[in-house]
Amino acid sequence: MAPARIAWRLAAVTDVLVETPRAKTLVLDVPGWPGHVAGQHVDVRLTAEDGYQAQRSYSIASAPEDATLALTVERLEDGEVSPYLTDELGPGDELELRGPIGGYFVWRSHDGGPLLLVAGGSGLVPLMAMVRHRATLSSTVDARLLLSARSSDDVLYRDELARLAAGDGLAVHQTFTREPPAGWSGFARRVDADMLGHVGPAPSQRPRIFICGPTAFVERAADLLVGLGHDTAAIHLERFGPTGG
Amino acid sequence: MSEDPRWLDGNALGGLLQELFGAEMTGAPHTCQSCGTERPVAAYRLYLGAGTVLRCPVCDQIALVAAALPDRHVVHLTGAWRLEMPPAWLDPTKERRASPPPADSRKR
Repeated sequence: MAPARIAWRLAAVTDVLVETPRAKTLVLDVPGWPGHVAGQHVDVRLTAEDGYQAQRSYSIASAPEDATLALTVERLEDGEVSPYLTDELGPGDELELRGPIGGYFVWRSHDGGPLLLVAGGSGLVPLMAMVRHRATLSSTVDARLLLSARSSDDVLYRDELARLAAGDGLAVHQTFTREPPAGWSGFARRVDADMLGHVGPAPSQRPRIFICGPTAFVERAADLLVGLGHDTAAIHLERFGPTGG
Repeated sequence: MSEDPRWLDGNALGGLLQELFGAEMTGAPHTCQSCGTERPVAAYRLYLGAGTVLRCPVCDQIALVAAALPDRHVVHLTGAWRLEMPPAWLDPTKERRASPPPADSRKR
């Protein structure tokens, strides 16, 4: 369970990792951090000199077992918060946040599987926390990850995913909706029923399903999975989308 | 605030709910006043604008309206909200324990 009291804390940026041309990971040291569960998010608050405040939610990318907290932020043009986080913040800077938040879109290794994770673009972030949590504990739970991205430039954690996919029980599937890499022979279209059927697991295996991405992506994937016969109650959604950046 | 004219989900309301209720509430079941559907708050639809509106994913009935004023939150709730939170002796960062701690540790 999440902490009963929720306080704003000052986090110190210890590192900034470039993930894609539009996304960076902020590695944070958060004194007094109570720990989190994979899938949870934090609220980030920026305060201007005149007192104006802007607040946004960002998913936690790191595994609960990691020593530092990582948030991956996609830069949204005209966003109020994300350009500051991706362009201005650097090691040594401080950031105000509260969390961890959420008790629904979460997975713990002992919840078991099989697991179906469906990500649209930067909707991969909270699902990556689950994948990392699974890997850190050497879990062999059957896990399938389907990642939809416009082009390979938009794929977060590319090398790490390739490495983890070589391990036990994790299958990583990708589809490119706009610009597949040269020589790509995999999926190159929007997520559809055939693709989800191919990725599996079958509804009879009763997978726990987590879908995160822009609102329209999430709606569509959820409808397709229900159409394939998956139990609505097993489908967890997080509409990520441009929530105001 | 949002370039996407459509909704998010109740999950994004977790921080405010935790502030208001003192507990993680997105997994809490909410029963719609209008159609009687029971779903976790996280599965409701969240509309962000000048204020925050949470609606039933089935019939669109309003479950919560919140406005952030400079000095306070104004929150209007409808339907049935079920609050579940661990008693104070539980370490909130840990998962549910099978049994309470020894009696000694509960003395004030």
